[in-house]
Amino acid sequence: MAGAKAGWTDMALEAPTYETEIIMLEIKNLHARIVEDGTEIIRGLNLTVKDGEVAAIMGPNGSGKSTLSYILAGREDYEVTEGEILYNGHSILEMDPAERAAAGIFLAFQYPMEIPGVATMEFLKVALNAQRKARGEEPLKTPELLKKVKAAAAELNMDMGMLKRPLNVGFSGGEKKRAEILQMKLLEPKLCVLDETDSGLDIDALKIVADGVNALRSPDRSIVVITHYQRLLEHIVPDSVHVLYRGQVVKTGDKSLALELEANGYAGIIEEAA
Amino acid sequence: MNMRMQPQRTPAEAALVDAFDERLSLLPGDGAVMVKRDAAIEVVKAGLPTRRVESWHYTDFRRMLTAVPAYDQTAKAEAKQPVLADATVLAVLNGVASTRIPEIEGVTVSRLEDKLSDGSFAPAMALAGPDDAIGAINAAFVADGYFVDIAPGAELAAPLELQNVQAGGQTHVRFPVRVGAGAKATIVERQTGTGAAFVSSVGHLLIGEGADVVYIIVQDQPEDATHLGQFNADIGANGKLTLFVMNAGGKLVRQEVRVRASGEGAYFTLRGVNLLAGDGHTDVTMVLDHAVPHTGSTEVIRNVVTGKARGVFQGRINVHQYAQKTDAKMACNTLLLSDDGEFSTKPELEIFADDVVCGHGATVTEIDRDHLFYLMARGIDEKTARGLLVKAFLAEVIEELEEEPIVEALEARLDAWFATHG
Repeated sequence: MAGAKAGWTDMALEAPTYETEIIMLEIKNLHARIVEDGTEIIRGLNLTVKDGEVAAIMGPNGSGKSTLSYILAGREDYEVTEGEILYNGHSILEMDPAERAAAGIFLAFQYPMEIPGVATMEFLKVALNAQRKARGEEPLKTPELLKKVKAAAAELNMDMGMLKRPLNVGFSGGEKKRAEILQMKLLEPKLCVLDETDSGLDIDALKIVADGVNALRSPDRSIVVITHYQRLLEHIVPDSVHVLYRGQVVKTGDKSLALELEANGYAGIIEEAA
Repeated sequence: MNMRMQPQRTPAEAALVDAFDERLSLLPGDGAVMVKRDAAIEVVKAGLPTRRVESWHYTDFRRMLTAVPAYDQTAKAEAKQPVLADATVLAVLNGVASTRIPEIEGVTVSRLEDKLSDGSFAPAMALAGPDDAIGAINAAFVADGYFVDIAPGAELAAPLELQNVQAGGQTHVRFPVRVGAGAKATIVERQTGTGAAFVSSVGHLLIGEGADVVYIIVQDQPEDATHLGQFNADIGANGKLTLFVMNAGGKLVRQEVRVRASGEGAYFTLRGVNLLAGDGHTDVTMVLDHAVPHTGSTEVIRNVVTGKARGVFQGRINVHQYAQKTDAKMACNTLLLSDDGEFSTKPELEIFADDVVCGHGATVTEIDRDHLFYLMARGIDEKTARGLLVKAFLAEVIEELEEEPIVEALEARLDAWFATHG
């Protein structure tokens, strides 16, 4: 049993056996449904995101964009019935959300949870050290953590006072999104999935958040930007654009596809697909 | 008179009656006190309350109290480090208070034994009613404790900690505290020990006009102990009482809270956390009287239930006929972490005034799956994430105490509990 259910750390030690190029994210013929009522949301989705690539996923409401982000993060409410998700050549389907996060997958939530009673700083410390532990690294001491958090918060124009509050509690929509990007900066993931990060942001906040994301662009980090509007993509310029409709990628192109959608809407592409 | 017929005493009832006969000659008290003791043991002889007695409906005391240990003269208990680091400790060890009483500015402390011997404590030994089993057991057996008198206007420099530490056998103590007008004090009542003891402890708190008291009860008896606590308070005009109750141990625990807002402008805050594990049974029963106009109260109880533990919260708020403009809110929230655990909540509002705002709510939930997913999506493993969420659920009420040393000390007690039961 060479680790069908092994944690990421075990798998990382094995040399990949693929001879072909290792790709950050490969989703093959994915089918997934809601566990509770069996509704199929993802219906044969294919997507490839290379190392360093910024891929935008666009699509009308109800096309399965958020579901895709949850499935990548490992939310239990969805069940994969067919297909595969390969992350750096390894299937992640058997990994729980914590194992995926420790392996370097990060989901910036569309609606970050407010968790009363959990201090933001304490949460950051536990999360960062959990990931460090999973990777066999020493835990970060509070002064080092504080320094890192201060630096990251300053870049995102965030008030440190906010971080003394319980996690996301009483944060405005924009503050919550910034806090998500702050976590992303601190956790230094390999695959970032941004779910509607632009919703609820005014233009100034949008720029700050986009700058924060752009600063994280690197050849060994991939970013999946899920968005309904082209607006965010003016600031985070994607390498590829994929249109999601009824649980499938129905069209793939470069950044000009986003502009085309902005001008003509989804109707044309949906007709083409149908 | 109690007219119930008891065909036969249970072993526990018999043990209590026998213990009374044995101890009687050793118990302090003048004639007036002895009259109270005799009356109290009659209540025990008539039978401990069963579930047919409304205030004991969820804690069938007669059935659940299966044994009462004998007094243990050889047991040795030691004072504990105080919950709040800088507190002055007044310890009762195995039911005996110390004769060496520390000097505290603005405070006069006496041994309760003296107040029993000279009879001056007799009036306070009256029972609240035929269902006052804890008051009765304690009145029959109480031998010591501390009488604390805080002078009007005094602001205590350091908290006071009343410790009741047992090492097995039986322990029956009282802690009467009088807080003078305008005084300000933080008092901790610590109920703990090492043995499978049978403990009763009754507190009395008299809060003078405009006085402000934070009173914290921390009960962490071992898992085979029986703990019977009763806290009585009377809040004078514009007085303020913040009572915090933490139950984190014991096999059979009942903590009664009886508070009367008797002066206009009096305000009562109750916050409680019950950490329930193993197969213990913990009952917190509150009776609150809003006796005059313009008084207020809020009560929030949070419970975590693991294993086969069972918990009870009964909260009764009486708003008297002339107590207009009363503002009272009560909530009891339970996090059920096991299929075998159980928690019963009974809120009761009895309102005889017509211009009041009163409300109550109770919830029983499991851990929020969305919250759990969010934490796990940041790399926090499931066990740690659950622990964080449970602690957060409890920390919310602790943090309302606001004063950082108190919040930190109580959260440290939470951590200690999680370290062994998490």
